[in-house]
Amino acid sequence: MAGLATTFGSGAMTNSINELSSAQVILLSGSNTTEAHPQVARRIYDAVDQGARLIVIDPRQTAMASLAHIHLQLRPGTDIPLLNGMMRCILDENLVDELFVEMRTENYIPLRDLLLTIDLNEVTATTGVSIKDIARAARIYARAQRSVICYCLGVTQHICGTANVQSYAGLAMLTGHVEREFTGVDPLRGQNNVQGACDMGGLPAVLPGYQMVADPVVRDKFDRAWGVCLSDKPGQTLLDMTHGAGSPGDKLRAMYIMGENPMLSDPVLDQVEATLDSLDFLVVADLFLTETAARADVVFPAASFAEKNGTVTNSERRVQYMNKAIDPPGAARDDGWIIMELSRRMGYAMEYESSAEIMEEICLLTPIYGGMYHDRLIDNWGLQWPCSDRAHPGTPFLHKFSFARGRGRFQPASHVPPAEPVDSAFPFLLITGRSYHHYHTGTMSRCCPTLNREHDKPFLDMHPDDATRLNIPDGSRVQVTSRRGSCKFFLRYCQSLAPGDLYCDFHFHEAPVNVLTLSARDPEAHCPEFKLCAVRVEEVI
Amino acid sequence: MDQVMSICCYCGCGCGLYLQVEQGRVVGVMPSHNHPVSQGNLCVKGWHLHEFIHDPRRLTQPLIRRNGTLLPASWDEALDFTAQSLLAIKEQYGPDRIGVLASAKCTNEENYLLQKFTRAVLGTNNIDHCARL
Ligand code: SF4
Repeated sequence: MAGLATTFGSGAMTNSINELSSAQVILLSGSNTTEAHPQVARRIYDAVDQGARLIVIDPRQTAMASLAHIHLQLRPGTDIPLLNGMMRCILDENLVDELFVEMRTENYIPLRDLLLTIDLNEVTATTGVSIKDIARAARIYARAQRSVICYCLGVTQHICGTANVQSYAGLAMLTGHVEREFTGVDPLRGQNNVQGACDMGGLPAVLPGYQMVADPVVRDKFDRAWGVCLSDKPGQTLLDMTHGAGSPGDKLRAMYIMGENPMLSDPVLDQVEATLDSLDFLVVADLFLTETAARADVVFPAASFAEKNGTVTNSERRVQYMNKAIDPPGAARDDGWIIMELSRRMGYAMEYESSAEIMEEICLLTPIYGGMYHDRLIDNWGLQWPCSDRAHPGTPFLHKFSFARGRGRFQPASHVPPAEPVDSAFPFLLITGRSYHHYHTGTMSRCCPTLNREHDKPFLDMHPDDATRLNIPDGSRVQVTSRRGSCKFFLRYCQSLAPGDLYCDFHFHEAPVNVLTLSARDPEAHCPEFKLCAVRVEEVI
Repeated sequence: MDQVMSICCYCGCGCGLYLQVEQGRVVGVMPSHNHPVSQGNLCVKGWHLHEFIHDPRRLTQPLIRRNGTLLPASWDEALDFTAQSLLAIKEQYGPDRIGVLASAKCTNEENYLLQKFTRAVLGTNNIDHCARL
């Protein structure tokens, strides 16, 4: 979430999910919300029922897009020119919130200079969206009192993901649609506790609460609390680790993987497999013998969420307490116990009586979690960070009266063409996503009989015009090939895609989509370009 | 039947719900009516949340690879072997040759402990998770 952090100083959702239903205009981008975030979708339906206008930016004709007042069906990967076009219209029609820009932001002049060079005809040529629609969307978004932007993985998983996010943030600042209730910029988090894993410092450059590893004052505080001398060298990112990037001297010899399955979730699987196999030692803690766990030297059986106490943090920064309902099966233990035991055996005692005691340490060291003591979270539905101390009531919306970084910073961006354009050998653009019935790589949800009954086969969606041209009947077995590998699907006709685009899910280990995808990465967020790659399709006879 | 307050573990909406527990088994799920997000609603994933918990394929004991095959072991064996292996690699190659992946499926407390373990015990900042994906 580097994009939002450099613009606003914080990478989290600025609003609460509930606020969405009171928005007047919702601009939804790259988010198949009805499937990936059903509760957010419900708020959007509510808002539309109450008269809100919905603008959807998505290459697919999603359920949300059919509800939209304006659907900007752009070519995949052309968000930046589209947004620059919208901002140009806002500038031309004098809809800039000048007071807000003056008082609360910085770096506006370079953005304005860039916008003045934008040719709207060119924008239409690149994005495939008409000038009329761009201008209409810009006007509706800018003129309303309460406009909200929501975006999802479609935006962040492009080669230019960071710049995409910064452009959306720029649009919000240009029109003053941040810092108040019912306005803001909201990234929708894919998994249950992604927000919490980031908040807790499960990132190479930051300690808990986004306190920089590079900052000596921060390190000093943690050094004293933990009785160690911390390394000031920011660590390797996920893709550096799993793809053996950097010099041979950085190549990992050992890994500890807690509850993740990079064998399936990482782009370009072959390299992940090679890296995991090249390790001297791999230890995995998980509920199931996943593809990753099957390659480990040691596997720890872990407890599920119902088998332990602790907190998780949702997309709207709400820290919520989960109660233990049952004991783990057999000898399985919770991850906290496993880490403490390991730590003790490696000569560093971690002695916590309970997860509440761990949280006390978090509160003391992490200003945004300063008041998140378990006794305040039990028997209610939690508090939203920042929450600085015991008396603090939590924060439903962020950046009230000032951005976390002081002034919001405009980051002008120009169009970055997709890392792998289509050509005659690989004529289709493949878009990947997640479906309603499954969750990430499917380790949990694929074991759920009801979900499997609903959705048990890997489908490839194709526009009927393309399928007719290639003479492939609906339901046939097809092989999809990219420059990196191939895998098999069942073909499904789908009117909602633009011809030339294909869509598939990434939940199935029998069709590991990631063997196809790219690892050309966003230079700042190290987010793989995961959503798009060029492929060809053949029927399997 | 016990009703235990919990949070759906599938997506970032974080719906509040009650796990229905009977004789040590989670047999059903009820949405919370006053939870600010769920407000009495769950999606299909939430309604079937309990089904994977009792899946027969759950791991129930530690495994250690011996002669190429993962075989059951005791916790002491698995933990000691892991601790020794990590210490040996840290000793021989330095802390920055060890990498750790945190999890969007684990709790805040567990993620906190894991990054503390990575930074204070292993001595490296090589920790990341799959949120970028
Ligand atoms: S019930 Fe559905 S919407 Fe709610 S947290 Fe679970 S998966 Fe997300």
